[in-house]
Amino acid sequence: MTALTSPARPAEDASPRPVPWRRMGWVTWRQHRIALTGVAALLGVLAVYLWIVGLQLHHAYAAAIACHPASSFACADLIQTFNGMDDFLANGFVLHAVPALIGVFVGAPVLARELEAGTFRFAWTQGFGRTRWTVAKLTSLAVVLTAGAGALSVLFSWYYQPYLNPGNPTLNLSEVSQFFPGLFDLRGVGFAAWTLAAFAIGAFAGTLLRRVVPAMAASLAVYAGLAFAAALYLRQHYLTPLLTSNPNPPGSAWIIGQQWYTKGGQPVSPAVLGQLLGGNGGTPKSADATQYLIQHGYTFWTSYQPGSRFWPFQWIEGGWLLALSLLLIAATVWLVRRRVV
Amino acid sequence: MNREQTKNIIETTGLSKRYGSTWALRDCALAIPAGHVAALVGPNGAGKTTLLNLAVGLAAPTAGTVTVLGGRPAGTLAALDGIGFVAQDTPLYKNLSAGDMVHLTRNLNRRFDSAYAQARLDDLGIPLKRKAGKLSGGQQAQLALTLALARRPQLLVLDEPMAMLDPVARHDFMASVMTAMAADGVSVVLSSHVLAELERVADYLILMSRGRVQVAGEVDGLLASHCVLTGPAAEADGYAERLRVVHAGRGEAQAHLLVRTDGTADPVPPGWEAHPVGLEELVLAYLREPGAAALPGPTLPGPASARQEVVK
Repeated sequence: MTALTSPARPAEDASPRPVPWRRMGWVTWRQHRIALTGVAALLGVLAVYLWIVGLQLHHAYAAAIACHPASSFACADLIQTFNGMDDFLANGFVLHAVPALIGVFVGAPVLARELEAGTFRFAWTQGFGRTRWTVAKLTSLAVVLTAGAGALSVLFSWYYQPYLNPGNPTLNLSEVSQFFPGLFDLRGVGFAAWTLAAFAIGAFAGTLLRRVVPAMAASLAVYAGLAFAAALYLRQHYLTPLLTSNPNPPGSAWIIGQQWYTKGGQPVSPAVLGQLLGGNGGTPKSADATQYLIQHGYTFWTSYQPGSRFWPFQWIEGGWLLALSLLLIAATVWLVRRRVV
Repeated sequence: MNREQTKNIIETTGLSKRYGSTWALRDCALAIPAGHVAALVGPNGAGKTTLLNLAVGLAAPTAGTVTVLGGRPAGTLAALDGIGFVAQDTPLYKNLSAGDMVHLTRNLNRRFDSAYAQARLDDLGIPLKRKAGKLSGGQQAQLALTLALARRPQLLVLDEPMAMLDPVARHDFMASVMTAMAADGVSVVLSSHVLAELERVADYLILMSRGRVQVAGEVDGLLASHCVLTGPAAEADGYAERLRVVHAGRGEAQAHLLVRTDGTADPVPPGWEAHPVGLEELVLAYLREPGAAALPGPTLPGPASARQEVVK
């Protein structure tokens, strides 16, 4: 039994050196490898799919651009083929599910499962310390997941690039605004930031609710609500929109609002507009109507976010999502610290 | 080793813990010296788990302080480093194999004796490849104990370690604890409401009821300072007035008085007989009389020592 006696304990026991951070690497991997493998498989399948359809799309784009003369039937066919390929995974819905799935299946259980099963009583009484344990676990998972999502969004950006070329309309090729609601948050830093936020929302909900399934439901609801609110209400206010009286703003722009205004700067309601045109002896053709209104001193104002604001908008959205995520992770750590058992 | 044995392995002053409007622990002053197997006994809801959770830093006190290992505040890294804790129902990661649990615990601690852990699991016939959730209750408890012991703690805290075990597994479990105690000099604090098995192993007793410490002291000292007096029931009331009676049991003719003598044995009056008391009898007597207290534990600093006198 001599092998079972303890070594002499060093004198500095009262203030031990903390267990190195890197030791949590194996622990985190071992505990979450199924979830992480699932995420990797999902990202991998999507990446392969994007790669394949991306090659086809780029090929079709190259063919459509190279076609001469552009007015020939053969070229029109190629153009139509290219334009018809713009479904980017059911308008991005498939890709938007990725942050949601990560939040629900990785973020929500990360602490809720420990709290639900009671294993926190094991984990939090080890020498590593519960605060450090939480920080290490959340940070490493957050970094890995954010990096994975970031890599996928780089691939997506490459895949979708042909539709963003400003020269497209002159060749009758589709051009899509980079601000298109389903598109904006799949490119740039947006996708990675949304993934990070979904994970942080899940982890916080799990710690607050202490149950896996309710935490999953809550994190899905909060993530979806936030994503819709950002796309429909928040994003257009990041910077004050520009105004133009040019009735045909560039295709890269994000049109926020369009309205006829009187000389005095009053908006003209559709009812009044109908009266004005109706009083002109029958309904005129739309081009005539526009001419008619302009001649009578009305102006068609368009408020829009120019395409050049894509990156500022990305940084604004990425910035507040990062801040939100850090706040949620800090709040999660705080909950763990003060957790009353 | 001498220094280790004179320090207090758990020390509390005015320790209180409230959950909502319920006090789980109230004004608890306790000093458990190192080098003992201390049994924490009491009915359900007495505050045993709360006290242990406070000592291992899982819970934070509502009032008062708790230090471990000779003055380290509970829950700090220094405190966690020296305590092996096996929580109630021995929570383990059910989907991890025994071997993975060993590796995981090694990674979470500064000191960990993997060779010891593997040898011990081998001795116990616990396959390293089997998932913790697939082990029997006794094996899970043994795995949890092995993980705690392999950390080479100075203090082993076991919360109801035997609640889920059958008698054979209980015996094996306690034998493991005693072996570790003998080999490593580890101090042990364990809670239980099964008295029989504690009698064999515990040499320090803490009896709790209703969130308060009722009795605390070395078992030998407690047994020496109590006795059972048996005599005519008719004389019992008159006699009892002169004694510190913990619990009085009356039959038709005979009365049994469990009294606290504190070693000052008065001559027993004619018709009465004095018997030594057993641990189980002593515990039961105090459990039946939650108002009685005996706290002859080591002297605490400050006003807490004033509280240690006898009530009743």
